[in-house]
Amino acid sequence: MPDIYLDNNATTKVDSAVVDVMIPFFLEQYGNPSSIHKFADGVAKALKKARGQVQELIGAEHDSEIIFTSCGTESDSTAILSAIKAQPNRKEIITTTVEHAAILNLCDNLEKEGYTIHRLPVDKCGRLNVEAYKKMLSDQVAIVSVMWANNETGTIFPVVEMAEMANAAGVMFHTDAVQAVGKIPMMLQDTKIDMLSISGHKLHAPKGIGVLYLRRGTRYRSLLRGGHQERGRRAGTENTASIVGLGKACEMAMEHMEYENVQVKAMRDKLEQGIIATVPNSFITGDLNNRLPNTTDIAFEYIEGEAILMLLNKAGIAASSGSACTSGSLEPSHVMRAMQIPYTAAHGTIRFSFSRYNTMSEVDEVLKVMPDIVAVLRKLSPYWDSVTNEPVANPEAAFTPTFK
Amino acid sequence: MWDYSDKVKEHFFTPKNAGAVVGANAIGEVGSISCGDALRLTLKVNPETEIIEESGFQTFGCGSAIASSSVLTEIIKGMTIDEALKVTNQDIANELDGLPPEKMHCSVMGREALQAAVANYRGVEWKDDHEEGALICKCFAIDAVMIEEMIWANKLRTVEDVTNFTKAGGGCAACHEDIEAILEKVLAEKGEKFDATASTAPVEKVEVEKVKTPLTSVQRIKKIEEVLTSLRPQLMADGGDVELVEVVGNTVYVNMTGACNGCQMAAMTIAGIQQRLMEVLGEFLRVVPASEMKKLVNIEGAGHA
Ligand SMILES: Cc1ncc(COP(=O)(O)O)c(C=O)c1O
Repeated sequence: MPDIYLDNNATTKVDSAVVDVMIPFFLEQYGNPSSIHKFADGVAKALKKARGQVQELIGAEHDSEIIFTSCGTESDSTAILSAIKAQPNRKEIITTTVEHAAILNLCDNLEKEGYTIHRLPVDKCGRLNVEAYKKMLSDQVAIVSVMWANNETGTIFPVVEMAEMANAAGVMFHTDAVQAVGKIPMMLQDTKIDMLSISGHKLHAPKGIGVLYLRRGTRYRSLLRGGHQERGRRAGTENTASIVGLGKACEMAMEHMEYENVQVKAMRDKLEQGIIATVPNSFITGDLNNRLPNTTDIAFEYIEGEAILMLLNKAGIAASSGSACTSGSLEPSHVMRAMQIPYTAAHGTIRFSFSRYNTMSEVDEVLKVMPDIVAVLRKLSPYWDSVTNEPVANPEAAFTPTFK
Repeated sequence: MWDYSDKVKEHFFTPKNAGAVVGANAIGEVGSISCGDALRLTLKVNPETEIIEESGFQTFGCGSAIASSSVLTEIIKGMTIDEALKVTNQDIANELDGLPPEKMHCSVMGREALQAAVANYRGVEWKDDHEEGALICKCFAIDAVMIEEMIWANKLRTVEDVTNFTKAGGGCAACHEDIEAILEKVLAEKGEKFDATASTAPVEKVEVEKVKTPLTSVQRIKKIEEVLTSLRPQLMADGGDVELVEVVGNTVYVNMTGACNGCQMAAMTIAGIQQRLMEVLGEFLRVVPASEMKKLVNIEGAGHA
């Protein structure tokens, strides 16, 4: 069986139809879109078409609200830095404890520069307390940035509702929708969301292309100044091939929206239910009632994630983990910590993320190998009794290493 | 993913001595669950001979933690406990054909478990004196705790100071922002303020006088020795050492020992030594680990320059 890719929240395969529409912009229509000659003839038109395709997918009112950037991270940085620059008297930012590093590290940095950062906590299911959020909104807040869906657990946040509240309080609202766009339907023109980030490589477009949606009328300060590209809002010669590719990818995501939410979801559901049924001491993390259709994050107690990934990889299965070891840090994922998942489980979390390229037979294959992989590692674990095949009685007390 | 050696993979996929030894009389448990690594080492020691007859491990941890545990149990089987205590974490890493810098702590955990098990056998209490922080300098595998301690102990004030005392930041320089943040934090705790333009703390460096006149071959070798001696304190601070083995033409063969031996940074250390030798002797010299000597020259036949 060919290798099975279940790490689509990390990045996706570029659809071959996307590659096809990109090629001419490398080999024939490689002119600078600003130039007046035949090498650039069709380029401006192609960019406009792509802008329309993105607009359609997210339900923006105008295509001029779409600004192409170099990645999701740039879109996130641009949004927050623009908000604080445009409103120099507002020194507070509201975000969450479970954002992507693209937001968290930027906010940590702004904190050092004197900004007050409010990081909304989540409960054990990864949910925000919307009432607590409402109380934080004030005329001191420059911007709220809350992700639409979490990359690790797939938990969806009520950003439409939260944007309404921010708007009522006169506060700008940004959402990192990198994981949500293309997986769940959205109609931005009916919301009060001011800014939204997209990353191409999460929806079968290439890496290194992103979008910042900027609602018309939202006060804005460019991050990159220079040429007049993107109406002066993001200088730098356009990445034409990737923009065209992203447009095509958005069109295809729109076509597959129902497939994603029915068939892809069915694969995900079968996988997680199968694992929970066959692997003892495993549980799903996040808000089970409110998740992306393609994501499941499963904690396997008393074993460590990197070891699981290495055995999965040997079986030809690609997934990812929230364990400390995979990132080279010492702490397990901040998302697991925020949800207060105990360390003995947090280190053993595995995220499986699907795309429309996966199949049910792949799910069966994973279900075939998963119980054995976990059993092999538990046999090595000081927390596990391999005779009774359950955790040793009172595991935390039975094994008490000299802690640091 | 990590660039693990085949040896690491081999020990991970088919671990040796997994599980607890029945009737063990030496048990060591170490680790840190927040870091995601914990190890229980069980040994059966013959009370007459003090030879480790059986060893087993149970590990909660990543691929390299499991591989380090497995290789450790292999290394110490058949050793007396005194011999086993001489096993360093570097020995464990070497046996695995090296570990990525971020993963060296897995080998440290192995050595600590061994010490803890021996202490348990002897009926004494074992104390862990080793603290660990987030890895800051990836080039030289230096963590935050080490940097903080050195700042406190040596009154360091600049990134350059930190590099001089710990080597952190001396490679690709990508961690300089993180080092500044640590300086800021520690200096604030000391009631001082971090100033990026402050002059660096004096480092006691043994300066070797540069060569001005032509040297005889004995004088030349002496001079090379002198340079190596001047560099030893720095190497020893990192748990390593260097020894001059042979000089053939313009090739200087050295033995790198301790932490320098086999570590991924040995190459960089050697480059530093070479640079310093050339500065002092004023001629082109190549520094090569003595282990490569046989491959390069036929010792018996080589005419000594
Ligand atoms: C939620 C979220 N935000 C931002 C990013 C960063 O996107 P990019 O890799 O395009 O910078 C990612 C992807 O890693 C993500 O999952």
